[in-house]
Amino acid sequence: MKIHEYQAKQIFARYGVPIPKGYPVNTAAEAEIAAKKLIDETKVPVVVVKAQIHAGGRGKGGGVKLAKKGPAEARELADKMLGRPLVTHQTGPGGQIVRRLYIEQGLDIGRELYLALVLDRDARRVAVMASTEGGMDIEQVAHDKPEKIQRAHVDPVVGLAAYQARRIGFSLGLDKDQTGKFVKLLQSLYDLFVKEDCSLCEINPLIVTKQGEVVALDGKINFDDNADFRHRDWAELRDRDEEDPVELEAKEAGLSYVSLDGDIGCLVNGAGLAMATMDIIQTYGGSPANFLDVGGGANQEQVAKAFGMIMRSPKVKGIFVNIFGGIMKCDVIAAGIIAATKQMGLEVPLVVRLEGTNVEQGRKMLGESGLSIQAASTMADGAKKIVQAIGARG
Amino acid sequence: MSILVNAESRVIVQGITGGAGSFHARQCLEYGTKIVAGVTPGRGGETFEGKVPVFNTVAEAVAATGADVSLIFVPPPGAADAILEAADSGCQLVVCITEGVPVMDMIRVRRWLEGRSVRLIGPNCPGIITPGGCKIGIMPGHIHRPGHVGVVSRSGTLTYEAVGQLTALGIGQSTCVGIGGDPVGGMDFIDVLTLFNADPDTHGVIMIGEIGGQAEERAAAYIKAQMKKPVAALIAGATAPPGKRMGHAGAIIAGGKGTAKEKRAALEAAGVKVAPTPAEMGSTLQSLLRM
Repeated sequence: MKIHEYQAKQIFARYGVPIPKGYPVNTAAEAEIAAKKLIDETKVPVVVVKAQIHAGGRGKGGGVKLAKKGPAEARELADKMLGRPLVTHQTGPGGQIVRRLYIEQGLDIGRELYLALVLDRDARRVAVMASTEGGMDIEQVAHDKPEKIQRAHVDPVVGLAAYQARRIGFSLGLDKDQTGKFVKLLQSLYDLFVKEDCSLCEINPLIVTKQGEVVALDGKINFDDNADFRHRDWAELRDRDEEDPVELEAKEAGLSYVSLDGDIGCLVNGAGLAMATMDIIQTYGGSPANFLDVGGGANQEQVAKAFGMIMRSPKVKGIFVNIFGGIMKCDVIAAGIIAATKQMGLEVPLVVRLEGTNVEQGRKMLGESGLSIQAASTMADGAKKIVQAIGARG
Repeated sequence: MSILVNAESRVIVQGITGGAGSFHARQCLEYGTKIVAGVTPGRGGETFEGKVPVFNTVAEAVAATGADVSLIFVPPPGAADAILEAADSGCQLVVCITEGVPVMDMIRVRRWLEGRSVRLIGPNCPGIITPGGCKIGIMPGHIHRPGHVGVVSRSGTLTYEAVGQLTALGIGQSTCVGIGGDPVGGMDFIDVLTLFNADPDTHGVIMIGEIGGQAEERAAAYIKAQMKKPVAALIAGATAPPGKRMGHAGAIIAGGKGTAKEKRAALEAAGVKVAPTPAEMGSTLQSLLRM
């Protein structure tokens, strides 16, 4: 799960990671008020107007602007950003509508660094990544100048040791005083990462001001979705406007759904089989409309919901159900399909391949349902049949 | 012969009184697995299905029954703790089926397991089966048949798919291991391949990977250097868009890394035959066995 920069910074502040002063706003008028307040409070005449969308690359896309001439300019800039799509290399060509801004105090930037905590799955540890190349796309740095990235792995029992942070601080060229501040910041960030169940905490750039302060000028936090049972506050941090409405609906129904560009709706149990189903549809010349894993323990209602989501999509010209039942019983799948089609009708070709637990029951139910279903014997057979069925309809 | 488990394995089920736990414990019993005890804190003294004693702790269950394997169906908030309890109570193999365990919990579990001989399979996996011997997991038992092909996979239902294809071709399996789809779990491909390599009764292996991480690339390096047996492979997710989590927490192409194309190339360079489509895992392995 992703959250906005201003939310990440509020969490930073709670854990003692230094941030610039700032206020989130929803309108241009609020932006002017926030800018005036910041200038009064900080005695700095410059404020920064930052678009709050989940995608990265906002600066290059025009979503971060300096207002040097006071609150009225902040208002003008806000007015130009709000309600308009912001296109970055991460949003896709349509961009993401800007609904909220973060008005932040301007700082005298001395140096820009990069700092992140990430999950290193191969080392099975949280890893620190730091670089002198702040403000750059870190993937580009990793590709072009891998020697510019410092790494350290954290032992979960000991936590992030001060020496590790110190070693990184000095290697970034920080002086004694700055390194002391950096160590404190990095240890706070690690504390946050663990306690808040993050999968990513990134500060790009981390700046050293001309006055020698070490401050998080940007902030990005991703949470580990698996840990949501122990973080009730995540529900409030979620910005539904930033998420694909269908994917969100699926998540709330306990399903895993990803929209794709094709026209064959897929309903599959298990993530691996769902990916393989997409792959084999393409092998036979078709194009999947979605990835949909109904999971292991889905009930009849969830299956019906999943089926309904596929059928509602206007781009879907045919549906392929591919089930190899383990935990998931084939009769439950059949009952869900029958319930959904009774309610919504079935206007496109449907190919069903059932295998595994309670397969005979499932096949019998579908056979007796009176629905126009093409049965497939294998996943290849099913993929061929659905691609043909769509082709036949033109 | 087989790896890790056989007809003599004595299994306890943690979470045996829950919905999934009781359903699958019953299925395992029907398959012939020696389920010797169940564990649910606070339910000690009860009996499951009229024959399996339930204990409050794994330590009591192991002491009373001599169990050496634990099968875990404990929900995510308690799953990591259940793994630690099993490992600390003398079980040599811990199989955690639970889906949705926080990654931070698994980082701590893995750290704790370092230096201990106990092996962990999962979490978020279908478990392990030695056809004709025992089924310790949630896979449909009837699709398997005893034989000489090992299967190791990050995906549950794709494992069933591979097994179904093998059985349809008349090829049996020695042991099938689902290692799970989470970013941090227990045994990885190399751990399982090493055991298959040493098992005289396993003549070939199907390895099923998916996008995300570098586990397949590392397995390819192992296969190139060590593997004496033919390996067929599948990488799921060739058509998955980058940056999207495809169901499994581990299945995501991030920073241009972990694509199906890279993994295929690494495996092929190691002499592995990669199945052209997911429907041809069985036939690809068959072609290698005939050579």
